Amino acid sequence: MNVIQPIRGRSKPPAATLGLVDVDIHPRMKKPTDLNPWLSQRWRDHLATYGIRARHGFVGGQPPFPKAQPMACRRDAWPPGGGTPASDLDFLRFQLLDQYGMDIGVLNPLQPSGQGDNNNEFSAAMAFAVNEWQLAEWTRKEPRLRGSVVVPYDDGQASAREIEKRAGDPNFCQVLMMSRTAEPAGKSRYWPIYEAAEAAGLPVAFHAFGYSGWAMTNGGWPSFYTEEVSEHAISAQNQVVSLVVEGVFERFPKLKVVMIECGFAWVPNVAWRLDQHWTQLRGEVPHLKLKPSEYIKRNIWFSTQPMEDPERPEHILDLMEWIGWDKILFASDYPHWDFDDPLLALSGAISAEKRRDIYGGNAIKLYGL
Amino acid sequence: MLQGQQVALEGRGISTLNGRGMIDVDVHPVVPNMAALTPYMDEYWRDQVVERGINTIASQNYPPNAPKTARADWKQASKVGDLQAQLLDPWGVEMAICTPLYGTQMVMNADMARAFTRALNDWTRAEWLDRDSRLRASIVLPMHDTEHAVEEIERLAPDRRFVQAQVLVMGETPAGKRQHWPVYAACVKHGLPLAIHAGSCFRHPVTSVGWPSWYLEEYSAQAQGFQSTLGSLITEGVLSKFPELKIVLLESGVTWLMPFLYRLQKTWKGTRFEIPWVDRPPIELVRDQVRLSCQPFDAPPEVVPRVLDMLGSDDMLMWASDWPHWQYDGDQAIPPGMPASLLPKLLRGNALATYARLREGVAA
Repeated sequence: MNVIQPIRGRSKPPAATLGLVDVDIHPRMKKPTDLNPWLSQRWRDHLATYGIRARHGFVGGQPPFPKAQPMACRRDAWPPGGGTPASDLDFLRFQLLDQYGMDIGVLNPLQPSGQGDNNNEFSAAMAFAVNEWQLAEWTRKEPRLRGSVVVPYDDGQASAREIEKRAGDPNFCQVLMMSRTAEPAGKSRYWPIYEAAEAAGLPVAFHAFGYSGWAMTNGGWPSFYTEEVSEHAISAQNQVVSLVVEGVFERFPKLKVVMIECGFAWVPNVAWRLDQHWTQLRGEVPHLKLKPSEYIKRNIWFSTQPMEDPERPEHILDLMEWIGWDKILFASDYPHWDFDDPLLALSGAISAEKRRDIYGGNAIKLYGL
Repeated sequence: MLQGQQVALEGRGISTLNGRGMIDVDVHPVVPNMAALTPYMDEYWRDQVVERGINTIASQNYPPNAPKTARADWKQASKVGDLQAQLLDPWGVEMAICTPLYGTQMVMNADMARAFTRALNDWTRAEWLDRDSRLRASIVLPMHDTEHAVEEIERLAPDRRFVQAQVLVMGETPAGKRQHWPVYAACVKHGLPLAIHAGSCFRHPVTSVGWPSWYLEEYSAQAQGFQSTLGSLITEGVLSKFPELKIVLLESGVTWLMPFLYRLQKTWKGTRFEIPWVDRPPIELVRDQVRLSCQPFDAPPEVVPRVLDMLGSDDMLMWASDWPHWQYDGDQAIPPGMPASLLPKLLRGNALATYARLREGVAA
């Protein structure tokens, strides 16, 4: 699966006539001390001494399920000049932005971003530093890139303060959370995030990942990385259900949520199931004024990579049709091993007009790019 | 008999099929209280129940007064006469498999779970199987001790009216983990499918991101539990190691299945070095070995044909009333949108093909 990209001429997908927008690029730091300019001495010392402490057993946030590839990256993504994948802006330009004629790329920094750390105060300090780092090292140097406002999501108030700091800065196009929060994302402890994001006009993205501190399945811890990958879609299902049923979209009707790298084939069945059982259980949730599926249709977008792979291509059309063609956003997941090549990712069974919207039209509207 | 008949079902309920040999794979006898089970316990446990004031261990999976737990016209469900009057007689059901959901599987003390589960199974046998020859039952397993679970299979398997073993979908460790394999070997030895029913043992929150606020979320989360559980059975190698084992998913919903497998199978193509014993595509394994009850189905009628097209098999779905849970009203017990051509298999044929013990004494 991790095939080294053949050398090809530069080429933009012909259907991307409204622009090519990649909503999932993962920039990395060159070295752990890259954030130091924006960390106080106390938190520099903390980072150096105790490091990232995720809600699982391994130091430095290294994953409890070893990846399928080193750093989960494409083998050919290590920059020739040294450093780790997606740590070198010039090589990212060469291998991604220029290669495919990308118009906009959205940065989603992952660990060591401090998100989901056991220590909320440290997480808040790290979020500020990661956001400054995105500005200094990426978005101010490359006008095609947009940052995500990294927030210490398990502290709703501190997250809202970070969003307020970034509101109105065109370098940022969304707020970034991970899909595994310490409690279901619809709970009121997270509402300050949604309130601030709605006020700032920023969508809130949930990127697959993070460790909630609970078992990764509702029946205990699985064994394999293969399972962990599936579980990303499953935790995202729980989060969509929570956001809808807790009434987040009733309270914040203009809030836009983007599920990134969570897959999307499950969206129709989650919506159907909620609607079906809501008919018997609606007495419990009188705060919902619409059918659950209507909130999903109105307020949530989904990125493509990794696209589920039906046996027959017409079934991807069914799934996308049921979700809504205006809610699907192209993502490459560069530089990860399961990268989706813009030229190959979207099935030819999808009409050119719809591919145009997925490649760029939908994201341009969503983010106001 | 249904075989070969085309039954026009448009706008009509299951009572129009009366007497045509339907097999119901999911009916829930309700244990009224612990006093109903104490006659089936030894003196020590009878004494424990009384002295410690254990009046009920009803399961939080189905809060007794919640609308989903019992239809308004099915509130009485603790006696075989209730089932006969509400379901078996009016609908002409030929056979029904009892799947009790009392909280015996959830008990924390493994010895207590063993004693209470034995009592539950003996209660089912004496008060349901012995009183209506149309009934079959599940061997409810105390899964938190593998030896106890195997022992319960060995104890009850000689009674051919027990047609499967039964666990809850959310346990203490994922179903595929190797410590459970002796249970699956015992199922295979006795020709018993493993039924996995909706419900949690509450060893973990019902979502991987913690406890939700609302029962609507909790009930919805069963579908996530089934995905993880099926993923575990596939990746750990249970389906590959026990190709004769049939897995029956009960009250699981249906529509999550293929979208989940589309992702798992794609991942498997890239990571199969990690689980080399999975030497066939997961979708093929599932089509061969996994069966699902069709209540609830979880889709609006207009998409049912497309969902069935994705499923790609007529052999996987089995009809269930899910009595006394509230999934539908009146006799609309076949999910709207089901094509009439599927009914012979859905209502009877697939159950007979899945359960060797149902075939005993039944005309083909």
